[in-house]
Amino acid sequence: MPANVAERLSAVGTANALELRGVTRLFGALAALVDITLTVRPGERRAVLGSNGAGKTTLFNCITGDFPASSGTIRFFSEDVTHFPPHERIRRGLRRTYQISALFTGLTVLDNVYLACCGISRGRFSLLRPRRNDALVASAENLIQAVHLAGVRDQLVSELSHGQQRQLEIALALAGAPRFILFDEPAAGLSPTERSELVEILTSLPAHIGYIVIEHDMDVALRVVESVTMMHNGRIFKEGRPEEIESDPEVQELYLGGGHHG
Amino acid sequence: MAVEASRTSGILPASAPAPTAASSLPRYPALWLLALFLLILPAFGSDFVLIQLFGWTFILGMIALSLMFLGGYGGMVSLVQMTVAGCAGYMVAIFGTSAVAEISLGWPWWLAVVVAIVIATLFGTLSGALSVRTEGIYTIMITLAIASAFFYFTLQNYSIFNGFSGFNAVRVPQVFGIDWRAAVPFYYLTLFWAVIAYLAVVYVSRSPFGLALQGTRDNARRMEALGFNVTAHRIAAYAFASVIAAVAGVLLVWHGGQISPGTAGVGPVVDILIIAVAGGMSRPIGPFIGALIYVLLRTFALDVMEAVGLDGKRFQLLVGVGFLLIVLFSPDGVLGLWQRWHRRFLAPAAPPARGGVR
Ligand SMILES: Nc1ncnc2c1ncn2[C@@H]1O[C@H](COP(=O)(O)OP(=O)(O)OP(=O)(O)O)[C@@H](O)[C@H]1O
Ligand SMILES: [Mg+2]
Repeated sequence: MPANVAERLSAVGTANALELRGVTRLFGALAALVDITLTVRPGERRAVLGSNGAGKTTLFNCITGDFPASSGTIRFFSEDVTHFPPHERIRRGLRRTYQISALFTGLTVLDNVYLACCGISRGRFSLLRPRRNDALVASAENLIQAVHLAGVRDQLVSELSHGQQRQLEIALALAGAPRFILFDEPAAGLSPTERSELVEILTSLPAHIGYIVIEHDMDVALRVVESVTMMHNGRIFKEGRPEEIESDPEVQELYLGGGHHG
Repeated sequence: MAVEASRTSGILPASAPAPTAASSLPRYPALWLLALFLLILPAFGSDFVLIQLFGWTFILGMIALSLMFLGGYGGMVSLVQMTVAGCAGYMVAIFGTSAVAEISLGWPWWLAVVVAIVIATLFGTLSGALSVRTEGIYTIMITLAIASAFFYFTLQNYSIFNGFSGFNAVRVPQVFGIDWRAAVPFYYLTLFWAVIAYLAVVYVSRSPFGLALQGTRDNARRMEALGFNVTAHRIAAYAFASVIAAVAGVLLVWHGGQISPGTAGVGPVVDILIIAVAGGMSRPIGPFIGALIYVLLRTFALDVMEAVGLDGKRFQLLVGVGFLLIVLFSPDGVLGLWQRWHRRFLAPAAPPARGGVR
């Protein structure tokens, strides 16, 4: 284990956080992702934009292994994880949130976050209930603070508002020691106030944690990322800095102004 | 008695606003009354009541409890639990002593019991490993296939399982100068292990392992995305449930003094499912309620039928109709009925139950 940790620490400096080569994902005859090649540096923060059905969520599913890639390779901090089951990728520091909240609605907020903390610890098979000063419970409480949910700590998730559930989604992805996080439309359905809270949560993440965020709202996206990838019909259509993408005539034609012309 | 079981009080009992285990007890005097009743029952209950009614209830309840653990918390309906118990029973007879001296090895009782529980647990875990990648009806089919295979194997194998006749005269040992075969000691023996199994399930349901098991039931994909190996977790759940079923299986062979293929035939295998469903799969007390009803029906249906002038041979019909009625009126068995009744008449202002299960 120590050798492994040392290996990973040294890898952070040198390797890319994510390296996708020729990743394709088929659903029957439908090619949801076609030959995606993408590199993301450690600590880099990137937005993925694209119209409905462009393949953004499928890209996340391939990276985490929820739906494995049909072909191509995926490296996470230089390790080939293409054929790893999702939990092995998560244990290496990858995290994700879901576009449609995937929470445990019959459990409390604290239980949800506690589960997330157990998942990446060795205590996940423990038959013993946590003691009062349990380290995993303490880290769960910290996470709940960090996403502004301390007031509803002991409420059932089914009793939370939509906005609170979205915040809990993020808390689950922050458990343990994440190295790279995939946020799937974290701002969907949030009020303007909740959006600015979200921006604050994302911008205040430690600098070494990189992420990709799928976000339709340019105002949110451009405030939290340094690079943008545009997707269209399962392919990468354009990559660049936010200002470049925003002013790119092709992008405007296809995506930003698409509604007016189409 | 059904109320305290698996309610969720948050993982941190000390700081949760909901009552802790300690403070919730006085709120449920029914639990204390039940405990008192079970403890002093030997003072006035006949041997028949102690062994044939309650001893049998505790044993069947434990086997159904192991199914409730897998089904209620893990969403896995396993039909192999009775077979795991039968396997443990056979091993006790094979490694220990029975009337079939050519086969039984005559090991000391404690060694035979430990080996029996280990082997039955391995068998149950292996069955789990074969079935956990399937869902719903397919899990039921695979576990039923394993149960049938075990039944036919024991029926046709004479060198180890002694075929159709199985083993008889499997005696409860005498330990600490107590004859555990006698009604009162055996009653307390089964009560003790039923309580241990019950408390273990209640406790583990709120441990990281138990919480995660409920997580895999509700959203297996999310659990993977939190770093849990869902397959391994489910197999571990089978191992835990198998220990309970195996202990019950040892008591089962001692209870009847014999074991044969029919002990874990398809009938008893399905009976365990009926007991768990009719009692209620949402809390660990449900299987014991189901077992008590089952034992009462099995024991008295014949007399009832004859009393009202019907053919006593059709008593199975009454058993079936009884369980059909329960499940028709309440999908969550007697527990569900009880909870609805409790909510309506006793605690109209109480918030809906915070189920650790569903
Ligand atoms: N599990 C699946 N089975 C079959 N087809 C799928 C599946 N998941 C996605 N698809 C298809 O793949 C294509 C890309 O879907 P994806 O969900 O990745 O789009 P998206 O960019 O996330 O869109 P949105 O903005 O609506 O979330 C769509 O045509 C979709 O119908
Ligand atoms: Mg999507």
